[in-house]
Amino acid sequence: MLDTAPAVGKAPGRRSSGRARSRRRPRFGPYLLIAPTAIVIAVLMFWPMIQIGTMSFQKVGNRQLRGEPAEQVGTENFDKILNDPFFWQTLRHTVLFAVVAVALTMVVGTLVGLLLNKLGKKMSSFVAGGVMVAWATPPVTAAIIFSWLFGSTGGVVNWFLDLLPNFLVGGGWDDYNWFATPLSTYTVLTVCVVWQACPFVAVSVLAGLKSVPGELYEAARVDGSGPWRTFWSLTYPMLKPIFLVLVVMSIIWDFKVFTQLFIMSGLANRDAFNLSLYAYSEAFGSMNPKLGMGSAIALVLTIILLIVTALYVRVMVRQGEMK
Amino acid sequence: MTSTTARRPGPRPAAHAGGRRPGASKRWRKFLLNGTGLLVFIFAVFPVFWMVSTAFKPNTEIFSTTPKPFPSHPTLAHFDLVLNGGIAEVSFWEYFRNSAILALVTVVVSSLLALMAAVAVARFRFRFRTTFLVMLLVVQMVPLEALVIPLFLDLKQLDLLNSLAGLSIVYIGFAVPFAIWMLRGFVAAVPRELEEAAAIDGAGPIRTFFRVMLPLVAPGLVATSIFSFITAWNEFIFAFTFLDDQNKYTLPIMLQFFFGRSGNAWGPIMAASTLLTIPVIAFFLLVQRRMVSGLTAGAVKG
Repeated sequence: MLDTAPAVGKAPGRRSSGRARSRRRPRFGPYLLIAPTAIVIAVLMFWPMIQIGTMSFQKVGNRQLRGEPAEQVGTENFDKILNDPFFWQTLRHTVLFAVVAVALTMVVGTLVGLLLNKLGKKMSSFVAGGVMVAWATPPVTAAIIFSWLFGSTGGVVNWFLDLLPNFLVGGGWDDYNWFATPLSTYTVLTVCVVWQACPFVAVSVLAGLKSVPGELYEAARVDGSGPWRTFWSLTYPMLKPIFLVLVVMSIIWDFKVFTQLFIMSGLANRDAFNLSLYAYSEAFGSMNPKLGMGSAIALVLTIILLIVTALYVRVMVRQGEMK
Repeated sequence: MTSTTARRPGPRPAAHAGGRRPGASKRWRKFLLNGTGLLVFIFAVFPVFWMVSTAFKPNTEIFSTTPKPFPSHPTLAHFDLVLNGGIAEVSFWEYFRNSAILALVTVVVSSLLALMAAVAVARFRFRFRTTFLVMLLVVQMVPLEALVIPLFLDLKQLDLLNSLAGLSIVYIGFAVPFAIWMLRGFVAAVPRELEEAAAIDGAGPIRTFFRVMLPLVAPGLVATSIFSFITAWNEFIFAFTFLDDQNKYTLPIMLQFFFGRSGNAWGPIMAASTLLTIPVIAFFLLVQRRMVSGLTAGAVKG
């Protein structure tokens, strides 16, 4: 119960007695040790969260930035956004993107994880190393690379699609502009984000698979279970906890995706906004910053994510991570 | 590998091999698996490969209607432009220095804080321990993109906007929670008996810490440090929002700025991207295993 880094590999020195015993029980020791961190987190995370809450009921603009006190406006910001079809459009983009990206990430990532488990040792670490490269790429670079891959002149994707027979993919790809409509922009974004997120899922699934006793698979094979059935009646139940954590983390990451979309489509292209880009653009996007409005939108995003987080914490507590 | 497959008793796999010779079907299966593996590898690496390849291609090859995987006349012109031409009036090395300073400060301070907290969490039972752990978890899920608005105002009030110091404080806050989450596993893995033995030999807690604990968690500390480094090195939105002066920009901001200004100059853009990316990929490959164990720690236990 003490070793929380099972994949580290070194003998973790499991305690034989279930109880953690601590010989010394200093009164202030642990509190002094966590105090700096607690202060940092309180100041940089919790206090700003509260500020988002209060600011979403205020008008904070150029005047306030010059030092005037904030103006209380009640629920005006929320009235405005909730009645604005544009807000609902950005919310739709956010949710649809998250659903598609999370589903793709999970399916592709799991398949790659299963493949890595099946491959021989050398081949497995070779492929895993390659997959890691995708994970390691900084989001800014990833977004720029995909803008180039999907570029309308010289882009390798358009070139490839143009090579394919017309009855398969249609014609006219050679100068197709992927960043002209929200749908095609989000297609590129999805490919980019899934490419970066899959490795994490794959490697986690692989780590999970390594912990499943081989005899179980042996037994399934003797019973004549095919790969599909083996997955759903053996692998999936065994790895359920890991899948839960991965799904929740993916949802959270994909819901708040900002950098990639910001670079691919930018603040000028309002049609393709998602919630975080919308909040940012309201707050900083013009010469007339509306920080209160931005906060209100950010609050909506935060609340959605807090609900998902509550789910996540519950899962972690159930799995005994807090002991 | 073939020897292990050959040693296996034959009849079992034949059960679903549908009449074919078991050996042949096995070899075919292996071929298929390795082929798929290779395909996955190519897909995963291709974008980064294409970035590097474009960076070395002369312009005629970059915009060729029949793109080739490798540059036929490799050139360093794009790198020369990025490194010596000065992108956007400021030298590349200035951006590099800014990024490096930020990353270093973040690494040193967040590792120190994380080590202290990790020891507390892994070694002591105290009243708000679970609360603290839950807090760490929740904090990692907070959308940083939302915090940029209030933090902008806070730093403005403290006169820390447009300064690397202000930015590094923010990065420390972002790096610490995950660093603790990762480090506590390493601390917990140090056998208590070693510390007890040191204590019996008369070493005080501080001496025990430096002589016993620190050397043993050093690998974990390296792993978390590299993670914090990557966090600070890659960060975009806060640097973009807080920094005004061009000579304070970090590498990602420089890249975005350059990308926005010179739209289709893919050669230099890819050269700059390569320079930003390669250190991160190198570091990342060094620690990826530990990162995974930190992120999903416990989930494997079922």
